[in-house]
Amino acid sequence: MERIEEEVIVNNPHGLHARPAALLVQIANKFDSRIVLEKDGETVDGKSIIAILSLGVNSGSALKIIVEGVDAKEAFSQIKEFLEKQSE
Amino acid sequence: MNKLKGIAASGGVGIGKALVLGKEELTAPKTKISYEDISKEIYRLEEALIETRKEISNLQKKILHDLGFDHAKVFEAHLLVLEDRVLIEDIIQQIKTKKVNVEYAFSQSIKKYIDTLLKLEDEYLRERVIDIEDVSRRVLRKLLKKEAVNLSGLNEKVIIVAHDLSPSQTASLPKENLLGFVTDVGGRTSHTTIIARSLGIPAVVGLEVATINIKSGEKLVVDGSEGVVFINPPEKIVKEYQKKLTKITKDLKTIHVSKLKATTQDKREVIVSANIEFPEELSLAHEYGAEGVGLYRTEYIFLGRRDLPSEEEQYKAYLNVARKMKPYSVIVRTIDIGGDKFLSQPQVPVEMSPFLGWRAIRFCLARPDVFKTQLRAILRASVEGNIKVMFPMISGVGELRDAKKVLEECKKELKHENVAFDEKISIGTMIEVPSAALTADTLAKESDFFSIGTNDLIQYSLAVDRANEKVAYLYEPGHPAVLKLIKNVIDVAHQNNIWVGMCGEMSGEPLFAFLTLGLELDEFSMPPPRVPRIKELIKNVKFEDAKAIAEKAIKLATAKEVEKCIQDELKKILQDNFDRILLV
Repeated sequence: MERIEEEVIVNNPHGLHARPAALLVQIANKFDSRIVLEKDGETVDGKSIIAILSLGVNSGSALKIIVEGVDAKEAFSQIKEFLEKQSE
Repeated sequence: MNKLKGIAASGGVGIGKALVLGKEELTAPKTKISYEDISKEIYRLEEALIETRKEISNLQKKILHDLGFDHAKVFEAHLLVLEDRVLIEDIIQQIKTKKVNVEYAFSQSIKKYIDTLLKLEDEYLRERVIDIEDVSRRVLRKLLKKEAVNLSGLNEKVIIVAHDLSPSQTASLPKENLLGFVTDVGGRTSHTTIIARSLGIPAVVGLEVATINIKSGEKLVVDGSEGVVFINPPEKIVKEYQKKLTKITKDLKTIHVSKLKATTQDKREVIVSANIEFPEELSLAHEYGAEGVGLYRTEYIFLGRRDLPSEEEQYKAYLNVARKMKPYSVIVRTIDIGGDKFLSQPQVPVEMSPFLGWRAIRFCLARPDVFKTQLRAILRASVEGNIKVMFPMISGVGELRDAKKVLEECKKELKHENVAFDEKISIGTMIEVPSAALTADTLAKESDFFSIGTNDLIQYSLAVDRANEKVAYLYEPGHPAVLKLIKNVIDVAHQNNIWVGMCGEMSGEPLFAFLTLGLELDEFSMPPPRVPRIKELIKNVKFEDAKAIAEKAIKLATAKEVEKCIQDELKKILQDNFDRILLV
């Protein structure tokens, strides 16, 4: 089982608001891996829209992605790509 | 009688009975459950979630069909809340450990999340609470076995009065029985406004106290053009508005002529096009027979948000309008708002006279980042071949040159990036500042067309703020000074072989449409419902007559004399058709 932990800067101009958060949850739910997002020491389940929204992620926020599971590599790269993308 | 003043959101008149949609109270009682009931409560939760999911999917389909993809995608986040594992796990934990009923556990969990969201500093995120509340009300209703107020079976014509209408509520309303919308909250770009406009239903929003002051069954008159609502008005006012309403209904009845070209009896052909603000209005423009969009206001993309719309987002919006309007052309006006309207703009001091201040092209030239993003998006959409671009509030040729320079830079960039656009895109100057009208000869040499924005031109020429009740009577489109400016603009444009349109309210007023037809105006752009009437007028007159009468009218001393002259002459020309077409 693989575990990846890395910090990324959220570039999406909307931060993680309702629409981008919804898209992120859709991506996360494609994978079996456990996906956790951490911001300012607070961790939430990356497969839950409500949890992500409550994290209050704005554009430019630093976010730690922790992925653990059989498909961790692919999951991590897709999430990272999504978070660092400039637009929706 | 009680009169309420709000924001004029969607034009037209609605007279009828009020139906007040109250705020629904859904409270979940707390009951203790036994150990044996735990699995039963969890089963009820799953059942309610599945049913709500079905309900939202159906709604989404209906909205996709009625209003299009952009409105339907709002519900994606709603659906995700329903299958949110953190939320569901939290509810189940509460049922198991605290031994409480599912309704109570559900509302507690939701409350916990909503409280967290409300504590966030981000205003946009705080507003997402509305979505979560909307979904949770649906689930609670299922759990409590309460029916939502079902309006789809509504079988009498009513005016809907509500605190606010959620997208899902608006979508489920039966359109044929809607006479108007009246809401406490909302603005010119809110959801209710956009829906009302796309359906052509009058609406007044932002009334603050409508649901408190209006009771179901009371008689209302809604004036969506002025933003006024009368509660139980006296007979006199009802009659006055009934007249206006017949006039508007007449617009609908003349639709059959709308597919024909606007050609005078002596074969002068002019273009009658539509002013639009939202893409949803395109279907109305088609329905009323507009030959193109003479003014596409782009402000709606920028307002009510704290970030700036990306080039991609704008490109998609403009492309959509261009495609839907084919084979006719679309004049895209670059943003015409004050710097203070941009939430993303850091601290713009409040201006003493915003109308004379930092707005429109002045703002754009000061913020090339904003301007270039919009111009690039417009250029990219111009590959469709029917887009023209227009700059607002130009006060002299210097500004036009500066704006064109930025456009050229964008063209160069796109070429360099190998991105396609219409290299021969027409560039228009909006004539709405008196100095532009007076120097039209210089501007004409560097423009491909003009469009006269009469609303501002009149306000600036006569020094009248139309919104100020004390001086509003001085706002006179027929004022000789205004007419002289218009005549000058049209004459010098034609001398320089460019065409002239008019996108202010004047072109949709029959008397002035006739006058400007006589001044040789080429294009008349107006709100879609005005189109059939103006076409009908043009088809019933001779260009030669209009010319002779216009020549006479502009020599008169006052606006009243001008209007009377045109009215009398038109009566002679149209005879029995006068009332039918003008119905003043």
